[in-house]
Amino acid sequence: MKVAKRILAALAAVASLALPAAAQDDPVRIAIVVKALGIGFFEAAAEGAEEAAAELGNVEIIYTGPTETTAEGQIEVINALIAQGVDAIAVSANDPDALVPVLQRAMDRGITVISWDSGVEQDGRQMHLAPSSDELIGRMIIQLAADHLPDGGDVAVLSASATATNQNTWIAEMNAVMDDYPNINVVATVYGDDLADKSYREAQGLMQSYPDLDAIIAPTSVGIVAAAQAVEDAGRVGEVNVTGLGLPSEMAGAIESGASQSFAIWNPIDLGYAATMIAFNLSQGNATAEPGGTIPMGRMGEVELDDTLSGAMSDPFVYDASNIEQFRDIF
Amino acid sequence: MSATGTDRVIPDRLQSPFQRRLKSWETLLLAVAVAIFVLNSFASPYFLNAWNLSDATFNFTEKAMIAFAMALLVISGEIDLSVASIIALASTAMGAAVQIGAGAPALIAIGLVVGLACGAFNGVLVTIMGLPSIVVTIGTMSLFRGIAYIVLGDQAYGGYPPDFTWFGRGYVFWVISFELVLFFALALVFGVVLHKTNFGRSVYAIGNNPTGALFSGIRVTRVKFILFLLTGLMSGVAAVCLTGRLGSTRPSIAQGWELEVVTMVVLGGVSILGGSGSIPGVVIAAFVMGLVTFGLGLLNVPGIVMSIFIGLLLIGVIAAPRIWTRLRSRAAA
Repeated sequence: MKVAKRILAALAAVASLALPAAAQDDPVRIAIVVKALGIGFFEAAAEGAEEAAAELGNVEIIYTGPTETTAEGQIEVINALIAQGVDAIAVSANDPDALVPVLQRAMDRGITVISWDSGVEQDGRQMHLAPSSDELIGRMIIQLAADHLPDGGDVAVLSASATATNQNTWIAEMNAVMDDYPNINVVATVYGDDLADKSYREAQGLMQSYPDLDAIIAPTSVGIVAAAQAVEDAGRVGEVNVTGLGLPSEMAGAIESGASQSFAIWNPIDLGYAATMIAFNLSQGNATAEPGGTIPMGRMGEVELDDTLSGAMSDPFVYDASNIEQFRDIF
Repeated sequence: MSATGTDRVIPDRLQSPFQRRLKSWETLLLAVAVAIFVLNSFASPYFLNAWNLSDATFNFTEKAMIAFAMALLVISGEIDLSVASIIALASTAMGAAVQIGAGAPALIAIGLVVGLACGAFNGVLVTIMGLPSIVVTIGTMSLFRGIAYIVLGDQAYGGYPPDFTWFGRGYVFWVISFELVLFFALALVFGVVLHKTNFGRSVYAIGNNPTGALFSGIRVTRVKFILFLLTGLMSGVAAVCLTGRLGSTRPSIAQGWELEVVTMVVLGGVSILGGSGSIPGVVIAAFVMGLVTFGLGLLNVPGIVMSIFIGLLLIGVIAAPRIWTRLRSRAAA
């Protein structure tokens, strides 16, 4: 009853607004709600959203977010978006639980709601777009090392802590596909605990223990920087390639010096682009979010949804000397 | 002036009550509120909509509940910067209680009791130990939220029952939310307490001159202790509403609210030095802040610009009367 009343009120509001404007030319308004404004990663995502809007045509992007990364701030922003009757909200959430009530209200009023990057619980969204998946990351980190070892060789893994869930999952996924790389041996896995100095010493230790080491895979942004520094300091640039997951801003030096040939992380531009495409397709009825279903996302292909209605966008994006300059200022 | 000294009239009051009211802070603020309302109605086609305006009230109702008690505390010459942390601790306690199956009445009782206990802790340190309230409450600000962080870490409590979340999301009648009703009810209670009771008069007296108040027979420490209890209690009430609205608890809940509450109090015309201020002023200030943030939100103005605007509004509203009096005295001289 209450919901019905609300929907009626919302409909009345929409109807009264639609009258003066030319109904057919109304742009599809998609709100990109980020954790906080002024963060390079999200500015880049907004760039991607604008790219998608230009491609789709007649789409207006509302890029917004609170000043600080609080759930309460995002709720105020989302309230204002509901009031404007936007067509879709795509949110990177500061809190997976606290945003659920307000997002449910948005959906009650006919607004398409998806989360991306940092998700909300299933009740509060129609689907979630993760930048990548554990499986894709696991495959990617060994691929990065293999790309520069055509004749095979010895690689070692420098992880975060031994109990880090993310890293352990990715390493397990990597081991699952090692049969595809018969010439490559993983000689050791060491733990730098995501501390710069400990990671540095562990990387030094690896080079001493395994003089023939060809690559260090560090699936952690702290470890990869420390390992690259250790390789540079040991004068082993060109002999030991450091790769894994890192941030372009922190890895630009290592790419320049050659300590790292390439590394990977999600691409925020692609992420903003894909989130916008999905929000558009769901709001326009071009696709529906259902377990096992797929939603098209323009040049990024299609996202496949699992039982929790979340899906992974793509492989992590590879950064090397050809594109590091473009991204080093972004995040 | 042609009048001679002999027939000079001594007025029995300086200004007529009507004149005084016209020039009061509340009138100025009300004019600002009306101006913002009108501007918003023109600026955005979505503003004048009952449901949207109702949604907008949630932006300030919880903070305003604390601001009422804070106004009394500031008038008495003290301050409590731990209010947002009290919300975090009270919310964490309620979240823990949900995990062991507590129902709505028990949850509300827990929220209010934790609020009272925190208020009492602040009150004891300030009134009995004689420590400055700003120092004490900066300390307890970290302490109370720190406990919430120790309990929860990066986890969250959820699973609040619907009859509890109603207090943060429910509607009493049409678009009138429970929070809005509670806001007005509390405004009335605090307004009566401050403006119509002996207790309220003693609050002003303490703020103007604590020593004088003491020698006039006012139990200064007791009044101050009660004010800290009240502020703690209202933080507990806000915790119930906010937790109900969010439906979950994280230790970062209500982060930074202490400054928004103090802003609301100061914007409402309460002197930060104590001794003057009114509840109607705080009520209007709550609406002003709510309307400004919502109106700018409708125009998708970035939050950073919004903070700048609130800051300018605060300085402007505070500076305007002083500039006015200075100009007038210069013109008279």
